[in-house]
Amino acid sequence: MKRIITLTVQDRSGVLNRVTGLLQRRQFNISSISVGPTETEGVSKMTLVVDVEDGQRLEQVTKQLNKQIEVLKVSDITDKAIVARELALIKVSSGSQLRSEINGLIDPFRAIIVDVCKESITVQVTGKPEKVDALIDLLRPFGIKEIARTGLTASLRGHQPQSNEQTPYSLTAR
Amino acid sequence: MKVEAKLEFQTSAAPKTGADLLIDLLIKEGVETIFGYPGGAVLPIYDAIYKAQDRIGHILFRHEQGMIHAAEGYARITGQPGVVLATSGPGATNLVTGITDAMMDSLPLVVFTGQVARSVIGTDAFQEADVMAITTPITKHNYQVQSISDLPRIVKEAFHIASTGRPGPVLVDLPKDVTSGILSEPLEESELDLPGYQPTYKPNSLQIKKMAESLATAHKPVILAGAGVLHAKATQELTTFAEKHNIPVATTLLGLGAFPADSPLSLGMAGMHGTYAANMALYETDLLINFGARFDDRLTGSLKHFAPFAKVAHVDIDPAEIGKNVPTQIPIVADAKAALTELLEQTEISPTTESWLEKLKQYKQDFPLWYKHDPKGMCPQWLIEAVHKVTNGDAIVATDVGQHQMWAAQYYTFNKPHRWITSGGLGTMGFGFPAAIGAQIAAPESTVVAIVGDAGFQMTLQELSVIYERNLPVKIIIVNNGALGMVRQWQELLYENRISHSLLHSHPDFVKLAESYGIRGVRIDNQEDLVASLPELFAFEGPVLVDCRVLQQEKVFPMIAPGKGLHEMIGVKPV
Repeated sequence: MKRIITLTVQDRSGVLNRVTGLLQRRQFNISSISVGPTETEGVSKMTLVVDVEDGQRLEQVTKQLNKQIEVLKVSDITDKAIVARELALIKVSSGSQLRSEINGLIDPFRAIIVDVCKESITVQVTGKPEKVDALIDLLRPFGIKEIARTGLTASLRGHQPQSNEQTPYSLTAR
Repeated sequence: MKVEAKLEFQTSAAPKTGADLLIDLLIKEGVETIFGYPGGAVLPIYDAIYKAQDRIGHILFRHEQGMIHAAEGYARITGQPGVVLATSGPGATNLVTGITDAMMDSLPLVVFTGQVARSVIGTDAFQEADVMAITTPITKHNYQVQSISDLPRIVKEAFHIASTGRPGPVLVDLPKDVTSGILSEPLEESELDLPGYQPTYKPNSLQIKKMAESLATAHKPVILAGAGVLHAKATQELTTFAEKHNIPVATTLLGLGAFPADSPLSLGMAGMHGTYAANMALYETDLLINFGARFDDRLTGSLKHFAPFAKVAHVDIDPAEIGKNVPTQIPIVADAKAALTELLEQTEISPTTESWLEKLKQYKQDFPLWYKHDPKGMCPQWLIEAVHKVTNGDAIVATDVGQHQMWAAQYYTFNKPHRWITSGGLGTMGFGFPAAIGAQIAAPESTVVAIVGDAGFQMTLQELSVIYERNLPVKIIIVNNGALGMVRQWQELLYENRISHSLLHSHPDFVKLAESYGIRGVRIDNQEDLVASLPELFAFEGPVLVDCRVLQQEKVFPMIAPGKGLHEMIGVKPV
């Protein structure tokens, strides 16, 4: 099962290596990882999507991450009310005659074209990984030259409903 | 133990370097002895040690692996961090085995490594190694010091992290320009800055209550005592608790001494080569109370068959150990001493254990540890018993890894804590002899015995120079069977007797070898000679090497074959 785990960490050299090294050593598969600064200076936030077999392994990975001296907090937010987003840049082969067709196609995704040249355009899309996957599938027939994805980043919603009224965030396999 | 010292900046006219500051900080931490080996990148530190030689000790070993195992032995005996200093590159990489060993067995070490100057880090400079990357997975934490002004905080944090919570090794990598840099002004006292590190010492009262309830209704409770009890110095509390409720106690390999072996409640060691009674108690129990053991695979055997009828309570200071291998119904994250103190107060109702104890007593009577005496040769098990006898069971015993280690664990029965030093988790050959040196440094008045095999001893025997030089009266007992005994045993039992590269066909003359180092050496081939000479050898004031030629074909029994459960022991009775 895929789980979304967020970490707040002290922003020190080597901390990313500690986290990824630990996951590798304990045989956890990382689907994606994103890192960036937070509202607090010297503190970064990481969002990991990891593949774990069961609850026991999940507990083990969060405990092992928590043991790292520079890790301040570990949360598995998969079952919480969250906002989870990913950004992708998709470079598509496209002469001028196809541009309006692509434009019409990406519009419902609220994606935008961020770069244009003679042979290609680059589409920027933001959303859940499933949405990004769907757009990539639609663009594939035009000929995708390059894809760059940030990996998922996520945060808790301001209001957390009672546990019986929420639907867990689903991460389908790509 | 702690030496009070202030950072003094006015005493010397010469400018103070980062290295001078480092030595001051070590003295402030109470460090009395550095286990070290010099080299290019640590020359500034060695210069500072030279200047401070009346304030701090340094012992020069002959290989970095030897010195770090010595620091482990020192840490095991004192409970204080062993302090190691090595140069960059090969000096640092030679420490890797010892650092990993300390990590696996939760030993506090603070390891300082030299590093090339910051300006050339990453350029494959002479004797450069990426020590941070190499040691990240094998340390509790590691640092590379980027400025002199960070030194006070980092040194303080390193000692704090190494010695609190679940102890472990912390490495501090010191670029040469930092240690040779000049301190422009005195540094302020530094505070710990560890918001992500707060070990839990006090147990959760709800879980303690749960445990008290489970205990009251249990019929077959058993305590498993691990090294956590020894780290927490909780042997007295454990004994009181076990006796208060009449609960039998099994120990792990590293937990030997955590509970007196001569107590009627003691079942001895559990695990692969543990006693029948201890292993069957763990199999049949309905309440398994684990104090500070990590359910290592050599203890549990096949997890499928481990404590299948039991409710499991696990007290551990490291939350990640709880539930890692064995599903746990009562998790108690705490220091063993704090948990036991709380439990002694909170548990009023004792379980009814008479028939359980009776059954275990029968197991002990029916299936004791056994070996066949052979008057013509020397049984290795008998040898250990003889060493026990001559030292009144009160020596500090350090072992290497293999058959002799298991025999020492089985037959040198420990009634007191903090006398047993062995490489458990990593199983490091070459550990025993240098670890004994460290123990002797830590406890100069104690009798220290290194029980080693003929193979493992040859991995770190160069440290004979150190015991000669320092006149450390370590007694080395080589259990010499001309083989990698445990490997050979497995090849005999599990690989249809295909003895592949586990026999040592040529040996040095260990007696002459000892003599060439200036140390007394003796060879003994039979029981009679051993009985005759052992008292005198142990009364001898200096170090002695005793090459004991034991029966070569002996195996360690009883045994749980890999993949088998604790109830599937073989060799529980003489054939």
